[in-house]
Amino acid sequence: MSFSIQKQDEVVVVEVEGQLIVGNRQELKQKVLDELDAGERKFLIDFSQTGYIDSSGLGVLVSLSKKIREQGGELRLANLNEDLKTLFELTKLDTLFHIADTRERAMEAF
Amino acid sequence: MAALELDHGSSGRRAEGPGWARLELEIPSDVDCIEEVVEVVRDECMAFNFPERYCALNIPVALAEALSNAILRGNGEDAGKSVLVRVSVDRRELVLEVRDEGGGFELQDYLIDPTRPEELMREDGRGLFLMRALMDRVERFDDGGNVVRLTLRRP
Repeated sequence: MSFSIQKQDEVVVVEVEGQLIVGNRQELKQKVLDELDAGERKFLIDFSQTGYIDSSGLGVLVSLSKKIREQGGELRLANLNEDLKTLFELTKLDTLFHIADTRERAMEAF
Repeated sequence: MAALELDHGSSGRRAEGPGWARLELEIPSDVDCIEEVVEVVRDECMAFNFPERYCALNIPVALAEALSNAILRGNGEDAGKSVLVRVSVDRRELVLEVRDEGGGFELQDYLIDPTRPEELMREDGRGLFLMRALMDRVERFDDGGNVVRLTLRRP
């Protein structure tokens, strides 16, 4: 499992490769918070390479979303497979996040 | 039972018969062990033709929750304590038992519904909810240690 970060236009794009679970959630959180501290405000997490997400992974996404909003920014999610979509629907977190089918869609009007 | 080769200081054994398999895994109180255990159990369920959705979502997420509860809360990440995982799978159902060395807890004390609008911004509190949502049955009991048993029937 690993995270890669790149800048696309004005958006920080994070790719999650593997699982987002209790063992690596802090790494993701720190990487995003470092970018937020550096002045970035638009964030997109791309889950096209992600397997499963546990409750602590979901918790980190909620936490990051809160912190980014507090700074006037936004966190969007993209490329969730059907299983991950189900996970967000079960927890009703699909109502909390802007979730796009593709990275391109997520970048629209960001 | 045949020995399984595992990383992170984990150990395991496996036995099988016509239409069933049993696994016993012992892992240290280290969250880095979770992925490997999930992979072993998922592979077993795939071999028993459990539906793809179960192998990609229900089993990995519910088992990861039970393991992280056992490691973090039950054993307090104490390196001197271990977590025992018993897996029983056949053509009818999967039964997972995750045993830690903690004092246990009462399932009815954790009935928060994290999907309520006022709870949605919580960062924690979704673990048991997900286990219940993704498994057919979630039980807890003591057998000298604290055991959470998850049961998932094939459709």
